[in-house]
Amino acid sequence: MFLKEYISDVYGAVKSMAIGMKRTLYYFTHHQEIITQQYPDNRDTLVLPERFRGEVVMAHDEKNEHRCTGCTACELACPNGTIKIITKFDISPEGKKKKAIDKFIYHLELCTMCNLCIEACPTNAIHMAQTFEHSVFDRAQLTKVLNKPGSKLQEGVE
Amino acid sequence: MYTITEEILTTPSGDMVINVGPQHPATHGVLHLLITLNGETIKKVEPHLGYIHRSIEKMCESLSYRQFIYSTSRMDYLSAHINNHGCALAVEKGLQVEIPPRAEVIRVLMDELTRVASHILAWGALAMDLGAFTPFFHAFREREMINDIMEETCGARLTMNYMVPGGVMMDIHPNFQRRVKELLKQFSEKIDEYDELVTYNTIFINRTKNVGYLSKEDAISFGVSGPSARASGVSCDIRKIYPYSIYDKLKFDEILYTEGDSYARYMVRVQEVKQSLSIIEQLIDNIPEGDFQAKTKAVLKLPKGEFYSRVETARGELGVYIVSEGGMTPYRIKFRSPGYSNLSALDHMTRGSKIGDLIASMGTLDLVIPDIDR
Repeated sequence: MFLKEYISDVYGAVKSMAIGMKRTLYYFTHHQEIITQQYPDNRDTLVLPERFRGEVVMAHDEKNEHRCTGCTACELACPNGTIKIITKFDISPEGKKKKAIDKFIYHLELCTMCNLCIEACPTNAIHMAQTFEHSVFDRAQLTKVLNKPGSKLQEGVE
Repeated sequence: MYTITEEILTTPSGDMVINVGPQHPATHGVLHLLITLNGETIKKVEPHLGYIHRSIEKMCESLSYRQFIYSTSRMDYLSAHINNHGCALAVEKGLQVEIPPRAEVIRVLMDELTRVASHILAWGALAMDLGAFTPFFHAFREREMINDIMEETCGARLTMNYMVPGGVMMDIHPNFQRRVKELLKQFSEKIDEYDELVTYNTIFINRTKNVGYLSKEDAISFGVSGPSARASGVSCDIRKIYPYSIYDKLKFDEILYTEGDSYARYMVRVQEVKQSLSIIEQLIDNIPEGDFQAKTKAVLKLPKGEFYSRVETARGELGVYIVSEGGMTPYRIKFRSPGYSNLSALDHMTRGSKIGDLIASMGTLDLVIPDIDR
């Protein structure tokens, strides 16, 4: 009786191992089912979805104009103090003073990519870019000014 | 010869004290276990916490009701959606807003996808702890598909911050339904592999059966929840006993095992994956049209009072307790995280067993250390 149980135990053990090894061998011989991505060799073909949150960027059109009015809604929505907006007063040709952004400072090192600033923006001035290789040698390079030098507010954006 | 090292490591009674962690692959993070051993038999397990404490509860006190949700993704990062859901539910209780049906369905779909991803990762990690390396990669294959779905719809793979008070942040991606159906097809083809590789494996069964026994009474007294408690026969699925969102309209079973050992805890997880997939199957073709977010004010203010919500995460019951003084920020936030209570049972479960069994017990408790420390 004992011997019978012992042999059936050994048989069951070998069988269960063989089933597992069969599965392993199947993948050993079927290379087309391997899904490993060869990063960074596939950088040219790597496509990230358009919603992927890599970093905050400000869109500029061909006339070097952006859509940011300097309302600081994004600055208030940010949980980490990532965004700091410095405003200035532009004087229009008619002699009127108008508020505009001087510097849109973005601290990438503090950002958690929570998307709350993008949601808060009333004029769709900022959006998320799909870049993700953010490592730099100097931490100061992570503090970015998003509006390009000499850029202006787009016509008709209030 | 008597050396100074022996003096440090051995107590007068001949017991040895060893450290597992804080940098140990089997602790899945920075958990530090101080183990008193007599030979190979465990006499005491003393968890030392605090290596990854970020004071999330205190941080939340200075953040507005929209902002604090993002930080809860960093507690139990494997069920980030469900954490966010719990916080959103607590805020919505205070705001008294009606959630559009579309948002509810999207929320439940995301919750269940997260649960599947978490459970299959737990499956792979447990197998790796016990010496099988292949299942870990098989788990990541399916988890990668779920992560891709999350990336496409929510914009991030792990810390999504997709649930906002009043609904979800963005509408689902046009590809969402197609991708989820592909995932369901993949699972129906490959779920047998899981059983072939691990569940019926003799080595795995020998290492987990009758190991780390936790009785029903002990599970209740330690406050263990989630799959770990359901393996001991405690009916504690929040989705069934206190249904939130649309869970009361869905058909699914609460998985209950009565053995209370590591193998039962493992089996509960494997069965729950199947239940979650059936929930996804029920919902994926029936996403109602409409808004994905209810209209809320730009600045959220909760009335004075206390608000509590509970959700079933992949590891157990998460409670979110908000005390509001009527301002823009909460006065106090407390999270009842499942990992902390589950860890407290570890000493009781492993006392008297061998040190190798500690790894099996710990793996089946499915601890996530940032969830314990917060």
